[in-house]
Amino acid sequence: MADFETPEVKEYLDIPALKRGVMGNSKPFVSKEQFQEPLGFPGELVDNWQQVAVDKLGELLKTNRGLQVFMDSCVKCGACTDKCHYFLGTSDPRNMPVARQDLLRGVYRRYYTLPGKLFPKLVGAMDLTEDLLDQWYSYYHQCSECRRCSVYCPYGIDTAEVTMAARDIMNAVGKGQKYSNEIIGKVFKIGNNLGLPQPALEDTLEGLEEEVKEDTGADVRYPLDEEGAEVLLVTPSADFFAEPHVDGLIGYGKVFHQAGISWTLSSHASEAANFGLFIGSMENMKRIAMRIREAALDLGVKRIVFGECGHAWRVAYSFLNTLAGPFDFLDPRYPVPQHICEVTYDLIQRGALTFDKSANDHRRVTFHDSCNVARASRMGDMPGGQFIIPREIIKAVCNHYYDMPPDTIGEATFCCGGGGGLLTDDLMELRVKGALPRMQALKQVVEENGVTHLAAICAICKSQFSKVLPYYGFQMDQIVSVHQLVSDAIVLGQKQ
Amino acid sequence: MSFATVFFALLFYAATAIFLIGVGMRIARYARAPAPLKIPTTPAPTTRTGVVGRMVTEVVFFHSLFKANKWIWILGWVFHLALLLVLLRHLRYFIEPVWTWVVLIQPFGVYAGFAMIAGLAGLWVRRLFVERIRYISSPSDHLMLALLIAIAASGLGMKYIWHTDIPAVKMFFMGLMRFDFHPLPTDPMLLIHLSLVAALMIIFPFSKLLHAPGVFFSPTRNQADNPRERRHVTWISSAEKPAAPAEQ
Repeated sequence: MADFETPEVKEYLDIPALKRGVMGNSKPFVSKEQFQEPLGFPGELVDNWQQVAVDKLGELLKTNRGLQVFMDSCVKCGACTDKCHYFLGTSDPRNMPVARQDLLRGVYRRYYTLPGKLFPKLVGAMDLTEDLLDQWYSYYHQCSECRRCSVYCPYGIDTAEVTMAARDIMNAVGKGQKYSNEIIGKVFKIGNNLGLPQPALEDTLEGLEEEVKEDTGADVRYPLDEEGAEVLLVTPSADFFAEPHVDGLIGYGKVFHQAGISWTLSSHASEAANFGLFIGSMENMKRIAMRIREAALDLGVKRIVFGECGHAWRVAYSFLNTLAGPFDFLDPRYPVPQHICEVTYDLIQRGALTFDKSANDHRRVTFHDSCNVARASRMGDMPGGQFIIPREIIKAVCNHYYDMPPDTIGEATFCCGGGGGLLTDDLMELRVKGALPRMQALKQVVEENGVTHLAAICAICKSQFSKVLPYYGFQMDQIVSVHQLVSDAIVLGQKQ
Repeated sequence: MSFATVFFALLFYAATAIFLIGVGMRIARYARAPAPLKIPTTPAPTTRTGVVGRMVTEVVFFHSLFKANKWIWILGWVFHLALLLVLLRHLRYFIEPVWTWVVLIQPFGVYAGFAMIAGLAGLWVRRLFVERIRYISSPSDHLMLALLIAIAASGLGMKYIWHTDIPAVKMFFMGLMRFDFHPLPTDPMLLIHLSLVAALMIIFPFSKLLHAPGVFFSPTRNQADNPRERRHVTWISSAEKPAAPAEQ
């Protein structure tokens, strides 16, 4: 299948012995000029890149308190060293969160602290050499910005923030990552990550309406650009055709249909994903986020709802108000924005939906908490609602639900291995190895509880699992959308 | 007045100034830098009161570290608690009359000296023998442990073996606070102890010891999780600068 070995899934997850530099050659394709320029970045490595990088770091330290505090505060206690799925899967010590941070922290100390200027060796300060820049490029693209390490750090140091800063600096000197930057360009030019133009979207959605009509006999609508709809649904573009994503989109439509809520997608904001987060570029993240405000205003909707997408929900829940708010033109009775799971859960609570749970009886389901939902956002009105609500939905539509071990779910959830801008074929080895902890936990519930399906609410998780499940002896269709389960169980038609 | 008296008087003035000004400037820098986005590690409290509660569990009980690794937690927590007791015990050198509660904790402060060494030694053993932690350690990480152990050991050394004139030491420090120099005893262990403490104070604002003020400014811990309820407005909210020139 590939020129690397899939790690062996053992009974327990071992903390591996260190194998220095084994992932030093893992690097995604470097971006080209055509992908750099639309984002406002230099097309290739600039001549005085060292100075530009050091200056950019200084600017970030002044404009982002978190980065400054994180650079100073680490005491090298080691609490994070066994928390990263990429370290657990690859054994490369540079993938220990603190070691990854130190690639940037060493430079910070060298150029911005007194001891680093006077005694670099003593305090682990490093000159920003070409070799170090290469290491940055390699190891800052072996972090999925999942924040698992930040849960365990006594100072809350968030490696995701450090990775974002490093990627922002690399983009500023012209060493960007092709995958993320090309995709952001597509969002600016066409409106979504996949580059689906408006007519293609319209076709796809019409096709879905026909399919659902054929399957259920109900006239469920999948509207595009309908002015005056109550809800603007913003969903990852993978939902338009990828499996199992599209089954989730079908489910959202059925929920809205059954609840009698008018809704629409937008061709202007036909993408929930915001890869500006992944590359740590506030400006690009804001520019992408503004499309959603514009679409909501243009279409005159009253509510904004996000589909199943992990990092998109982080940007939506935590940042949208800051980046593109205020949203005082929307209906104040609903939070802005809402997650589709919140909408469905509320309807279930109110008894507005009827389910035939036996429709999912051929499935024994477990739920994968996606990192950005778990550790960087919330659902509902209480802390931890992001863990409760999706599970309650699944339990309302399935008879057989089993959780994976507690230290692998909730706030301790393991990344799927493909998040943070790493969902690209040029990082396949990393993605497969990074999935090890999740696969280990999955194997456990498969063996103990006969679990057959892994449900998720993130487009990246779904794509990643479709790809890596077979490496571990599972089937690619064992990953399902939560709203696919809803879709299969929901009873359409007149409510009794 | 002996050379030692003048030297240590000046040393402690300098160390105190560097410590206070250095840490103060760092705190000012942390306070001034904006937190552009809401990034609490969730689940997080949704109110300011809740955040205070979260901060207390972090600062007093090292809650996150507890979740991470029980060995590091117990060793680190014992060391910090012991250090606090030892510092409180040393208050008696700076106040007259000595407050009752400071008198009462004196014996505990001595035990704490041993606990401090035990905790630090345990952390050092891990730093030396756990491969992952050895990998992430710089020479300064080892030296910091050595420095703290040496401070504790020299203090206990004076308590049990190489005694010094404690009232005179107190006179010296009380005097320093009034710019009135009293002679400092010149027992070697005392001078070693005081030199190391001064070194620690001088190093503080330039080292990882900044984790002490840092933890209070860590946005993943000190932000309330309420972005939908209250708009978090920062420079990025009003930034007009588009990422790239629009070309429509």
